[in-house]
Amino acid sequence: MILVCLILIPFIGGLLCWQAERFGEQPPRWIALGTMLLELALVLGVWWHGDYGLNAVQGASDWVLEWRADWIPRFGIEVHLALDGLSLIMIALTGLLGVLAVVCSWHEISRRIGFFHLNLLWILGGVVGVFLAIDLFLFFFFWEMMLVPMYFLIALWGHSGSTGNTRIQAATKFFIYTQASGLLMLVAILGLVFAHHAATGEYSFSYEALRHTAQNELSPQMAWWLMLGFFIAFAVKMPVVPLHGWLPDAHAQAPTAGSVDLAGILLKTAAYGMLRFALPLFPEASQAFAPVAMGLGILGIFYGAILACGQHDLKRLVAYSSISHMGFVLIGIYSGTELALQGVVVLMVAHAFSASGLFIISGQLYERLHTRDMRLMGGLWGRIKGLPGIALCFVAASMGIPGTANFVGEFLVLFGTFATWPWVVVVASGGFVLAAIYSLFIMQRVYFGPAKEDTPLGGLDGREIVMMLGLLALVLWVGLYPGPLLDTSEAAMQNVEHIMTLEETPAMPEETP
Amino acid sequence: MTSLLALSPLIIVCATAIVVMLTIAWRRCYDLTATLTVIGLNLALAAQLLAWWQAPLDVTPLMVVDGLSIFGGVLILVATLACATLGHAYLEGARGPREEYYLLLLCAAAGGIALVSSRHLASLFFSLELLSMPLYGMLAYTYRERGALEAGVKYMVLSAAASAFLLFGMALLYARTGHLDFVGLGEALAAAGGDGWLLAGMGMMLIGLGFKLSIVPFHLWTPDVYEGSPAPAATFLASASKVAVLIVLLRLLQSAPATEDAWFHSLLAVLAFVTMLAGNLLALMQQDLKRLLGYSSIAHFGYLLVALVINEGLAVETAGIYLVTYVLTTLGAFGVVTLLSSPYGGADASRLHHYRGLFWRRPYLTAVLTVMMLSLAGIPLTAGFIGKFYIVALGVEASRWWLVGGVVAGSAIGLYYYLRVMVTLFLPEPGMQRRDATTDWAQRAGGVVVLALAALVVLLGVYPAPMIDWVRLMAAT
Repeated sequence: MILVCLILIPFIGGLLCWQAERFGEQPPRWIALGTMLLELALVLGVWWHGDYGLNAVQGASDWVLEWRADWIPRFGIEVHLALDGLSLIMIALTGLLGVLAVVCSWHEISRRIGFFHLNLLWILGGVVGVFLAIDLFLFFFFWEMMLVPMYFLIALWGHSGSTGNTRIQAATKFFIYTQASGLLMLVAILGLVFAHHAATGEYSFSYEALRHTAQNELSPQMAWWLMLGFFIAFAVKMPVVPLHGWLPDAHAQAPTAGSVDLAGILLKTAAYGMLRFALPLFPEASQAFAPVAMGLGILGIFYGAILACGQHDLKRLVAYSSISHMGFVLIGIYSGTELALQGVVVLMVAHAFSASGLFIISGQLYERLHTRDMRLMGGLWGRIKGLPGIALCFVAASMGIPGTANFVGEFLVLFGTFATWPWVVVVASGGFVLAAIYSLFIMQRVYFGPAKEDTPLGGLDGREIVMMLGLLALVLWVGLYPGPLLDTSEAAMQNVEHIMTLEETPAMPEETP
Repeated sequence: MTSLLALSPLIIVCATAIVVMLTIAWRRCYDLTATLTVIGLNLALAAQLLAWWQAPLDVTPLMVVDGLSIFGGVLILVATLACATLGHAYLEGARGPREEYYLLLLCAAAGGIALVSSRHLASLFFSLELLSMPLYGMLAYTYRERGALEAGVKYMVLSAAASAFLLFGMALLYARTGHLDFVGLGEALAAAGGDGWLLAGMGMMLIGLGFKLSIVPFHLWTPDVYEGSPAPAATFLASASKVAVLIVLLRLLQSAPATEDAWFHSLLAVLAFVTMLAGNLLALMQQDLKRLLGYSSIAHFGYLLVALVINEGLAVETAGIYLVTYVLTTLGAFGVVTLLSSPYGGADASRLHHYRGLFWRRPYLTAVLTVMMLSLAGIPLTAGFIGKFYIVALGVEASRWWLVGGVVAGSAIGLYYYLRVMVTLFLPEPGMQRRDATTDWAQRAGGVVVLALAALVVLLGVYPAPMIDWVRLMAAT
């Protein structure tokens, strides 16, 4: 029942925020903050009480919490929610970034506050649903549903670009990309369901049943096509390079809270989807597909990093750096070793922290300078108190300096992948050089160099300092002591690894962390 | 007696039409006419239950009362009720006689109910004309408006041409087989095989019915008629009229297995594919909401044709579910347009700029339209998603990958213009012209109908099990 609460809390909170607008500007903000804090507290409570270090029974999923009820009996569709270490980490992340998103838009959003928070909270509710749903129909339901409020967030509260309507164009592009690819996933899901129907005579969208069908009943060719349907949907959201067109625009036009949600959690739903559905459902096809995925990952790392170097808009730069980071995630996922998969989890968390940090900083700069063009910045180190130092820390984290969470994640991914794909690791490591370049560009262009003006700008207020230092503390904590995180996701990742390697020759080296 | 009970909905609607006519002749009273109409329609709706107890039953060689006809009858009656309620608010401001609108509406509804129970080409033609003739009058009801007059005349001329095709097709079929009832026709067709004259006859009938469903390439009238006609009449045309024709086409294709013929089959498939893509592509750049909804309805009937093409497995169920979701959504979307244009005063408020920033003036009305747009686009949490799910599921089940690809591509294109409408509603800048619903719209009958429709669309989107059960029950009888 607690799982249902986790999903419902943001939805109900959102409706309350909408209605609370009639009492003034502050109530919606406080309600939204309270809702997300409650959500976070609940997740942490679940984390505290559950035991996630258990080794999985090999090949079977072991859910720590589970809840199911009939929904559409005609097709055997159930409301089936389940939680394991991976989804727990993701939901905790969602709760945390939800709090951040509410806090960082405290002053930024001044129009139609209630409706803004309705959308914000519904996105978070949808994302929590994605992380908990185990029935494939339910998963798809949430997957598509969370796009609508995100669309509104970008289209209505986004920053208009130089030429008129670009925020609406960006939002529409985002929506069409993700929705169309989602329909491909629906086709793939249905293909699987009807294969199951042909084999057993029953309709079911259940994860376990379909996994059984996918591994035993499908012809390799069919499995390949269905896997591709899932992969494309996740690849668009992640984004993997040829399908990334929506991301820079969406980020550049979105309000800060929207960027934080996009980079912090929406992109992670894609990686989660791969780990939870694409790989376990189609292990053989995924193995066969791994070389292509590795290639796309490397392409993403370099493409994102090189384009990041050439950006003038601070948020676009961070957006392209996200593409680069997601390249590492993709490589880690398809390497199939437990070490790399653990690295993927850490890297997702780390990227969520560092990218949201950088987006929040861009938002704060925008509030003070009313521009995000780095050519108009420069020399800000002396003009703003506090912010440049914090920015330096987040840039360092994004670069992957030892001691930060990103370092742990990237190191584990590369180390884990080396055993199976040494050359991929060698090439991908080159991405670090580019990461250093664009990270230093940020510092150089924004904070150093000659100042454009001498008037000091307002320093950070208490809200901003608490928010940034808290985030920074988390980056460092995960960077220095990733143990709890790794323990929590261990069982789930072992499971994925086991599924991936089951079909392989036994010569495959077993990794132990 | 059982036959009379089985036909009671039709009889009640016809009786109401006569009563309304006599009332108008006796004394013109707008509210009284409207009330009588609504009472009659509600009675007919209740009488569907009586009919259900008799089903399935062949009533004379012309009619049959079974699950399909009751299903269609209920949808038509619900749509007619909505049109009557919406029309009441709309026509309040109209000059000239207003009462005859209800008379026309009732006659058209009777035609629709008769059409869904036809199992004979004679009753098909007769009831199709009974459905269409009053529509000419309804579409041109506000004839002082140039657009409405144009819509009425255009629909009349093209509809007559389509009826001619239909008749010619029937004549060819009769000449070759000597049968006019669907079952006999089906057997004769199956026995005759791929005779050229029979195929020509089937093709001509398809043209006639395809015109009513505005299937590409017989769709050219749709946008102009939708745009020009008064909103309640367009609502009826888009919902009840199309449902009736689709159901009779479904019955025809089910009982006459001419679709087994490969040539005819692939023709239908190509039409479906072209219709869904063309409808969506043409809608992309429209600046008028009613016109846009017209093109969108073309696309939706393209999706529905997929169910007719496949015609096995889940097909009937899919068509039923999709029709329910389509009717509810269309009624809701047109309902909002009607409310904004009520009471009648010149051309309808359907240009997109009329809707700019509507959210900040009429949040609930906007919420309704947003839900309808999302439902048309097939986004989860709305009934439209369930319909879209069924269509894709049907295509995947039958492994018709081209059609599935068409549905996916069509939906992706469709998103663009549905989103355009949606975001217009929320844009803060004030529009150049303001047309607004009356301030007490939510307390009036039309407003209640629209709100109820929105609630229903969301409810069925979240919990579709009752709808699925009902449609399956109807499809099984």
